Amino acid sequence: MILNQFLILAAVLFCIGVYGVLARRNGVLVLMSVELMLNAVNINLIAFSAYLRETAGEVFALFVITIAAAEVGVGLAIVLLIYRNLHSPDLDHVEQLKG
Amino acid sequence: MNPGWDFHAIAPVIIITATIVAVLIADFFFEYRGRFRTQQIASLGVLAAMIPIITLAVDGGTREMFNGGFVVDPYSLVFQGFFLAAAYISMLLSVDYIGDGDYYQGEFYVLLLTSVLGMLVMSSARDLISIFVALETISIPTFVLAGWRKHDPKSNEAAIKYYLIGVMSSAVMLYGMSLVFGLTGSTLLSEIADKVRTLDSPLLIVAGFLTIAGFAFKVSAVPFHFWAPDTYEGAPTPVTAFLSVASKVGGFVALLSVVWFGFSPNSAMFQPVLWGLAAASLILGNLVALRQTNIVRMLAYSSIAQGGFILVPFAVASDGGAWTSSIQSVVIYTLIYGAMNLGAFAIVIALARRTRSAEITSFAGLGQYAPGMAIVMSMFLFSLAGVPPFAGWFAKFTMFRAALDANTPAATVLAALAAVSSVIAFFYYARVAREMWFHQPPEGADVHPIRTPVALNAAVVICAAIVIAVGVYPQLFARLGDLAAGG
Repeated sequence: MILNQFLILAAVLFCIGVYGVLARRNGVLVLMSVELMLNAVNINLIAFSAYLRETAGEVFALFVITIAAAEVGVGLAIVLLIYRNLHSPDLDHVEQLKG
Repeated sequence: MNPGWDFHAIAPVIIITATIVAVLIADFFFEYRGRFRTQQIASLGVLAAMIPIITLAVDGGTREMFNGGFVVDPYSLVFQGFFLAAAYISMLLSVDYIGDGDYYQGEFYVLLLTSVLGMLVMSSARDLISIFVALETISIPTFVLAGWRKHDPKSNEAAIKYYLIGVMSSAVMLYGMSLVFGLTGSTLLSEIADKVRTLDSPLLIVAGFLTIAGFAFKVSAVPFHFWAPDTYEGAPTPVTAFLSVASKVGGFVALLSVVWFGFSPNSAMFQPVLWGLAAASLILGNLVALRQTNIVRMLAYSSIAQGGFILVPFAVASDGGAWTSSIQSVVIYTLIYGAMNLGAFAIVIALARRTRSAEITSFAGLGQYAPGMAIVMSMFLFSLAGVPPFAGWFAKFTMFRAALDANTPAATVLAALAAVSSVIAFFYYARVAREMWFHQPPEGADVHPIRTPVALNAAVVICAAIVIAVGVYPQLFARLGDLAAGG
């Protein structure tokens, strides 16, 4: 089985996700970038799992999918709250606290 | 296949799950005035979960389930006991704060207990999948808790910052874990430990680095710390106390389990990274804390610095014969840190009920009109600074002992850095004490003695008792450290 192609695809997807989280200002697009990162992980896990003939990776991927759904649910709720209070999903407007 | 259920071993987890369901249902039936009862149910559930922990501890031995993926041994029992105690004190801190506002009660305790459930599972998890699930069970409810004050933009900001950093760190950690799985062919920590002993691959170091970087966000180690001060300031203060103690220690337990049970045979996977994180947290945490004017932000940077102290034993663990004293030190330090930090936050909450301010200057003259509170606050601050006879000195002592046991140049440099930064730390802790004892209260301030609610007093008394008892008689916690390290 060819493993490299899957790992390269996952690495590229992961990097696009990281770029998206850092560069996008719209809350919803940031959430989508996070999803890209998590799906890169899933590709990695399933590719390794098929290559090693070891089911643990597929089980891991199922858990990642489930928990990612819960996480994005909470994230959308928080973005919605910010939209209600600030009338914009733009995260640059969220700047009351200075790190 | 028989999964081999051992109901005694998972009794604490079952009790907390049942309490979550009970609180959720009970909340529907209580009228607004009866809402305090949800807190009572939640507290009783937490106390009930302590019982099986004590019986398991008396029973002794190691109980394994799911092919060794879920283990109940002294190590996990010590942390489970700690998490339940921290949850109980956090609820004592919350009850009046949540009751005073016009916010719902029931959901708060459901979320808090769900997070605690994750911590209990984390203490026993010995498998990458269950560690990941436990970590998310800890984190997801705390994202919601940080944004508890829905109409306050600051609280929203605290939640979104915490959330974004949280999910991004999980993704980085998962990417690292997927590489670990790919290289070792297993998610069980014991099997990973067998494989990394012989495997020599540069990718293994990358995998270890990414996994640890993910945990570093959770424990807010520099340079992954920048969410912490903002989230701590914006979130409701009882939630901040919970985040800075229980949630942070949850991250440390995850890190300790992965490093100790999984990566330990190959020290290149974790030691250099953790050395850097510890050194950066010690220097930056302490220096930036000096400049803070808001007590919550100061405590946020102080907790980053304390996290650096806890990371020191990690970074020297596999040098010389330092494993045992390192594990002891991490366990003892986290337990003591929990008591003194919760205590300090309890006083901040109590004072903010009067002054409605979190500025350090609002502590001015506290020693004149509320001497009891000022004495206890000074005690917690000096304990955080590591001054005997308060518990903090023993935590620092074990940390230095681990570094000296390792006895390598890297460990000695780190110990020297830790020594210098504890001196720096003394200044900002002492500044608050000076404000309380040597400054006059501001003009027109209300200087009647402060009356604090019973629950808050109870929390302060519990924390103060632990800080004094362990400071004077450190064998109390030293024994727990021995047990956890398998002594």
